[in-house]
Amino acid sequence: MAEKQSEGNVKIHVSHLSKSFGKLEVLKDISVDVHEGEVVVVIGPSGSGKSTFLRCLNRLETATGGEITVDGENILDRRTDINHVRQNIGMVFQHFNLFPHMDVLKNLMMAPLELKKDDKERMEQTAMQMLKKVGMDEKAHAYPDQLSGGQQQRVAIARALCMHPDIMLFDEPTSALDPEMVGEVLEVMKELASEGMTMVVVTHEMGFAREVGDRLLFMDGGYIVEQGDPREVLSNPQEKRTKDFLSKVL
Amino acid sequence: MAYILSNYGSLLLRAMGQTLLLALSGLFFASIIGLIFGLLAVVHNKACNVIETVFVDVIRGVPMIVLAYFVYFGIPYFLNNMMGQNVTLSALTAGTICLSLNCGAYMAEIIRAGIQSVDPGQMEAARSLGLPYGKAMRKVVMPQAIRTMIPTIINQFIITLKDTSILSVIGFPELVNSAKNVVANTFRSFQTWFIVAVMYLIIILALSKAAKVIERRLNRGRKAV
Repeated sequence: MAEKQSEGNVKIHVSHLSKSFGKLEVLKDISVDVHEGEVVVVIGPSGSGKSTFLRCLNRLETATGGEITVDGENILDRRTDINHVRQNIGMVFQHFNLFPHMDVLKNLMMAPLELKKDDKERMEQTAMQMLKKVGMDEKAHAYPDQLSGGQQQRVAIARALCMHPDIMLFDEPTSALDPEMVGEVLEVMKELASEGMTMVVVTHEMGFAREVGDRLLFMDGGYIVEQGDPREVLSNPQEKRTKDFLSKVL
Repeated sequence: MAYILSNYGSLLLRAMGQTLLLALSGLFFASIIGLIFGLLAVVHNKACNVIETVFVDVIRGVPMIVLAYFVYFGIPYFLNNMMGQNVTLSALTAGTICLSLNCGAYMAEIIRAGIQSVDPGQMEAARSLGLPYGKAMRKVVMPQAIRTMIPTIINQFIITLKDTSILSVIGFPELVNSAKNVVANTFRSFQTWFIVAVMYLIIILALSKAAKVIERRLNRGRKAV
């Protein structure tokens, strides 16, 4: 972690995080810092706890132990206004989770409108701007079920961006997509990364990890087994479990 | 038939009005009760969930005719003889209480199931944008849940409308009770009950038709191209 100091302030600080579902201990002892503008890619076999780790960061799952601070706010403290913290953390899901009863534009504008982020006209401008950014401005009035998976995921990213978050979490954003649609979503994510967005990405896309990631975390069995520069870890893994995993997926 | 219609037609129409009045007031409170208990069932709070389960189990476990006797005769007896209060319940009030409790319990289950049928990812997506639970429920989950609940709710409304006939036992002058009187006076049971059956049928067919229209309208908004 020390070698990443050049990246700037710590945006997310996690220390000794643990999470159990009943008797099942999914996360055992996770400590990691994410710095401003950093793209952290999390890989690992299924059941290793990487999605749970990500979901703990905006308290979609409540950690059982340890400490998580986001922008200096302790999100495990019951007095913390989690809704306020979440407005600064965008999240993109594997299954997009667009609201099927609203068209694309309404999907983008619903939360900012409800939370009164801005006046309606300016919000609509922002929404259209975000749609343009992800190349979906022509579909502003389509309904989610009229869009392909890749299109839906790009809308989902735009929806998160409309809250002007400074952290984005991606939970296997391309795993539910047909292969030919993976590229268009990764392209949008790459652009976000180049604009300096702080990102934590759970993915199986090793190419993306290598090309865009600043740091790679390999998780297994509820621990971070190995971490470092993605190119380094992917081509020259140190730990046996990392080697085993990479030999299966690469 | 013509004899009954010309001599007792207006009486039966008035009784039908009473049936509708009872059904509407029952359904109104049942919807409120159903919504409250349905939400109690889905919030992440064990105590709330248990309250819903107990309410539904108790009400579903007692036949409405027993509930009707209990509310109309039992409760005033208890208050008057054991608590020293002087209480009388009108048949309309007692009937409304019975219907709203009975229908409310079933509505709670319909609303619970409707909300739980919505993909949990919808709630997560709304919450991750920073919406509080109540807003996420109202803006994202409920509109989707209602779409799936409408046919079942209408079905429950029809059942409740017919269940008003049970309240003839506490002397409320609804359709069945009035028809009994007509038969007692005229002995023309075939004609009388035939007319009553047709009256129920007309109300319920109208309700079903209205339901179809609502359903179609709800579905129109979504897939419009």
